[in-house]
Amino acid sequence: MATVAPSTRPRAGRNSELGLLAIALAVGVAAYAIVGLNLDGVVPVDLVRHVGILVVLTVVLHLVMRWRAPNADPVMLPVVAALNGLGLAMIYRIDQPLAERGLRAGFAERQLVWTIIGIVLAIAVLALLRDHRTLRRYPFLAMIAGLALLCLPMAPFIGQTINGARLWINVAGFSFQPAEVAKILLAIFFAGYFVNRRDALTLAGNKMLGLHLPRFADLAPIVVIWVVSVGVLVVERDLGTSLLFFGLFVAMLYVATEKVSWIFIGLLLVGVGVVFAYSTFDYVAARFDVWLNALDSEIYNRDPGGSGQLVRGLFGLAAGGLMGTGLGLGHPDLVPYANSDFIVASLGEELGLTGLVAILMLYLVLAQRGLRAAIGVRDGFGKLLASGFAFVIAFQVFVVVGGVTRLIPLTGLTMPFMAAGGSSLVANWIIVAILLRISDAARRPAPAGAGSVVGNETALIALGDVAPADPVPASVPSVPARPSAFGWDDVEPEPNTFASSRTELIDHREERPTNAVGHESNPADTTGDQQGGPGTSRATLDGPGGSERGTSERMVGVARDVPGPPDQTSTSDADDDDNPTEVVKR
Amino acid sequence: MSELVVTLIRLGYLVLLWLLVLAAIGVLRRDISGTRVLARGSLMGRSSAKAAPDGGAAPGRGARAKRGAPTRLVVTAGPLNGTTLRLGENSILLGRAPSSTLVLDDDYSSTRHARIFPADGGWYVEDLGSTNGTWLGSSQVEGPTPVPAGTPIRVGQTVIELRR
Repeated sequence: MATVAPSTRPRAGRNSELGLLAIALAVGVAAYAIVGLNLDGVVPVDLVRHVGILVVLTVVLHLVMRWRAPNADPVMLPVVAALNGLGLAMIYRIDQPLAERGLRAGFAERQLVWTIIGIVLAIAVLALLRDHRTLRRYPFLAMIAGLALLCLPMAPFIGQTINGARLWINVAGFSFQPAEVAKILLAIFFAGYFVNRRDALTLAGNKMLGLHLPRFADLAPIVVIWVVSVGVLVVERDLGTSLLFFGLFVAMLYVATEKVSWIFIGLLLVGVGVVFAYSTFDYVAARFDVWLNALDSEIYNRDPGGSGQLVRGLFGLAAGGLMGTGLGLGHPDLVPYANSDFIVASLGEELGLTGLVAILMLYLVLAQRGLRAAIGVRDGFGKLLASGFAFVIAFQVFVVVGGVTRLIPLTGLTMPFMAAGGSSLVANWIIVAILLRISDAARRPAPAGAGSVVGNETALIALGDVAPADPVPASVPSVPARPSAFGWDDVEPEPNTFASSRTELIDHREERPTNAVGHESNPADTTGDQQGGPGTSRATLDGPGGSERGTSERMVGVARDVPGPPDQTSTSDADDDDNPTEVVKR
Repeated sequence: MSELVVTLIRLGYLVLLWLLVLAAIGVLRRDISGTRVLARGSLMGRSSAKAAPDGGAAPGRGARAKRGAPTRLVVTAGPLNGTTLRLGENSILLGRAPSSTLVLDDDYSSTRHARIFPADGGWYVEDLGSTNGTWLGSSQVEGPTPVPAGTPIRVGQTVIELRR
């Protein structure tokens, strides 16, 4: 992935954020008030409290960003606040008929508590996590914790089965989906792992039919993750979670390597998994029946596993039409799980296609901001993590909306920030906090003078403590001692990876178009060279701007035939003046 | 409530929702128009020119640094262009290994490429047996070599300088 540098000092946008946040809060609060007006003729009695909680929390988060992440993206927080507020209003709205019918209600109150917890955790993450690279320190710990959380629902006593899926744990009356937290930890692990392994994954292997085939050894991790995903599917009986983890893995693998072949391999494995699940598990086969023949009366009336929920959701969407019935004026409560799995259908019914498309646009903006942060940030780990998180959000929206609209089979994922369910809400707020942290690093202006992009302090946090001052005198040819006491070697799966990938690197150098993560793209170089054309600013521009191309050219030479010292000059690098239009093959 | 009010609220809410979407996109548009994809070098050239005047003020910061001793390491070319590290009392390892102090995202540098360390009140650079070598100014670094401030050190595609 290329890195995009702002040409001018980007505006931090904190004031734009405040303005957008005002509109976003109005969206959430107005929805809440309108629901009350349309259902009971008066605004809800606790409107002031509701408004107070949302405004105070989001404004505090905004202020924390001014303090701790002044350059963070200005759009994410308002978008997320609007989605959360709208979700709260819709859950409250569906509570009313549920309570009238004597069913279990009170989801809105619980969701509000989870919102508070989520935002407080987001504030804590922004305040305490000063540099996202801190997360890179313990990738394998993150993996173990993530897998443990994934397996936690299978534990006796605390594991809980709801509607056939064993995804919850129940501790002291609170039920929680550990998989939601596991997805954060696994994204951190994947990012840390790929950033170390991407050379091997990118370069090694043969080409066949125009596809780059990786070495068998490099295929091992993808197979392991595939097995884990299928294990989740088998044991916890949840198609959505299993798809999410595998999708996250393949997406991050693709971002790390820029090799389309990984996507084909991933799709192939998904295909194998789906065929296997379809032929083995009744509940998966039932899901497919419901998807393909939803309107058969036999399947509609089947219980359990009928298509009633799906079809009623579709009828709800149809009743909404273009402009919707108005908040509180439809009948979304006729659909089972109208406030969680089917909140999209509920929103589509009451806000219509117009409203639903607006909501999807908000998700699109959110995912785009995540990917933009990935492009802007300089370190490979941050790029991978941000794109992984952006993918998770987008993928969940796709799977949920696709399921409700019968584009794909229905699975058990939640609509981020909107669906009733605490674990998902909290996890997504943490994800947004980390994305904000990464976007802060990405949008921080380039250092002028003493201001630093990587302060020594943060670099050390990220990379391990530097050992105490090295007492080796200059005259002693010292053993190349590691200055870091930090155990990154533990982290290396195979200590020889670097060595082997380096040799391959030299061999493949010419074929390689760009580096996957953290390199300037070729267009970038061209622009830089055009900018650095002959002119008065040559002297200042030169060292950094122009010489890069010359260097890469030279270094190819160095790698191949090891000539003497290249003729370097310190500030007036004449190399690329000689051949300013020549294009370097990378 | 009358039918008219209900309809107005219903449509008014959709307008509000789209107002948020369009306002968000408006903010994003600024992000697109204010940015060009370019080599970070051209940006850095300008900012380092600007940086020159306040370079003199920096030594006051370093608690230990003598007058005239470099206080920071600046990457002036290569993928990490623009990164700076404050120089402390510790040596700095350059290379692709994740454990390096400055992790080079650079195909032409070695896993553990070079080391920059303080000794005798100055800074020294030494090559750690890298494939492509380390260059100080125009000469290849053999043993530990003193690094004057402002002299480019070339490691793979990356050029770094120590600055006051």
